[in-house]
Amino acid sequence: MNPSLPAPLRGRARRFGDDIDTDVIYPGKFLAILDPAQMASHLMAGVDPSFASTVRPHDVIVAGKFFGCGSSREQAVLAMAAAGIAVVVAKSFARIFYRNGLNSGLWLLRCPLADTIPDLATLRIDLTACQIVDEGSGATFAFEPVPPFLAQIVLAGGLVPHLKARLAQRPPEVHVG
Amino acid sequence: MPGATIAQKVLARAAGLSHVEVGQIVDAQVDRVMSHENGALVAQKFRELGAGHVWDVTKMVQLFDHRVPADTEQTAAGHKAVRQFVKEQGLVHFYGERGGICHQVMPEKGHVRPGELIVGTDSHTTTYGAFGAVSAGIGATEMAGVWATGGLWLMVPPTIRISVEGTFQPHVYAKDLILSIIGRLGLDGADYRSVEFDGPLTSSLSVASRMTICNQAMEMGAKFGIIPADDTTLSWLRPRTDAALQPVHSDADATFERHLRIDVSDLSPQVAKPHSPANVAPLEQVLGVHVDQAFLGSCTNARLEDLQIAAALLKGRKVAAGTRLIVTPASWEVYRDAAAAGYLGIFTDSGAVITNPGCGACIGGVSGILSAGEVCISSSNRNFRGRMGSADAQVYLSSPAVVAASAIAGVVADPREVAP
Repeated sequence: MNPSLPAPLRGRARRFGDDIDTDVIYPGKFLAILDPAQMASHLMAGVDPSFASTVRPHDVIVAGKFFGCGSSREQAVLAMAAAGIAVVVAKSFARIFYRNGLNSGLWLLRCPLADTIPDLATLRIDLTACQIVDEGSGATFAFEPVPPFLAQIVLAGGLVPHLKARLAQRPPEVHVG
Repeated sequence: MPGATIAQKVLARAAGLSHVEVGQIVDAQVDRVMSHENGALVAQKFRELGAGHVWDVTKMVQLFDHRVPADTEQTAAGHKAVRQFVKEQGLVHFYGERGGICHQVMPEKGHVRPGELIVGTDSHTTTYGAFGAVSAGIGATEMAGVWATGGLWLMVPPTIRISVEGTFQPHVYAKDLILSIIGRLGLDGADYRSVEFDGPLTSSLSVASRMTICNQAMEMGAKFGIIPADDTTLSWLRPRTDAALQPVHSDADATFERHLRIDVSDLSPQVAKPHSPANVAPLEQVLGVHVDQAFLGSCTNARLEDLQIAAALLKGRKVAAGTRLIVTPASWEVYRDAAAAGYLGIFTDSGAVITNPGCGACIGGVSGILSAGEVCISSSNRNFRGRMGSADAQVYLSSPAVVAASAIAGVVADPREVAP
């Protein structure tokens, strides 16, 4: 139990399959874009061109194994954050995407039965109990707890605010001579 | 003390510890970092951190390779922002667009040494493992933190050891070997793992071929892909750096999660079919597929040896009507050497388009974007849907030899049948 974890999150499941790579999450041709809102308009363009126009804040991306494999491009998570997505649930994540997601303040939850969560289901995600409830059917899905030191980064809103707070606590440098 | 792998030894040193266990999370200080165009995003995040100055102006390498020269005003604005940051901070190692692909330029300019811990904002940063370094890709925000502090958390990964023996058949190369391994282990077969390649065949490989293998280790999810440094590594590096070169090796009693032994003697040319680098099949299965574009480029296979292999096949031959061949050398050094060796003349005479060094068509950014329904045979690293342009294009990955043979035939072709 981590008392600082937020109250349960609610959102609508948006289902994807296995091995969803960053080239389809955020195609390379849009990489020069630096504005997050513009990035959001290309989210998932390579796998579901209608996604960006139908995504709603608090939607939960639900996927199979090895979500986010391929390129290290952070635009894949920046576009999600800009679209109002706060949670991605998958059977497993590729390592660079996993780090990028936490660093951008997204909850990335490893859930062994993620591929049985129905598309468009209304989900209640309890970060303390490590459980997802499909509010329609009442079905529950357990996920692995987020290690506490990684949860701290997400709770801070990502690595930048987390590190900013830490850097501010650093003693001032002493200049000699 | 228990035996340790290369990954364990390098991470222990970087964390200031005498030994680290697999699964342990350490705060590591890195030896070198690399960023390309996404340095603009890193700089933006770095400014948000409010850290002021970067941790070490001598340990950061910055260049452009994804979109050079700038193809749009938006790209130009990103380049400009990075140039300004480099100047402001006084970064020592900036190559702009004059170097080539980051993963080629880093070792060429002496920024990669055995036993070092290197992170880069590019997934193919695993390439430096070809020099016995421990290197991984990270994201832009994380790099901003490294620019500020020189450190990041890393989990000590388990290691998969792959020992390779035997002799390649003619027209079979390191690319065919690594594609066959990715096909066997799968797209996530080495996720979160360090992969160490050894054995007599590995030791016999050139530096260029070793780079192909460590580069593609990423395509099975590897965190690190490492070939222990030996005399071949050291003789290649010595003219490029004055730094002391101290190879690190796994102990004889190190624990490996898994040990694969592979004999390449019967290996045939391999191809990764659309739309995954793990969708690997023997070349024979795809012979005759029409090819609109053949691409010889990328951090995987666009070094001098790759261009030499392609030039030997293309000499005195023409690229088929209805097919275009695009050659994008990995770096300015490779470009210059290929010109001196006469390869660029051979490509020109064959009807190929030669572009300036950079990532080019591999990333679907510039110089060779595919339209819907088009088919490309490519010496690059990834063929995910939409990677090189349209989501409805089809990309096959192969060795430079298969790329050249296919350019001549206009269909996916076997270099063993083109060769004199």
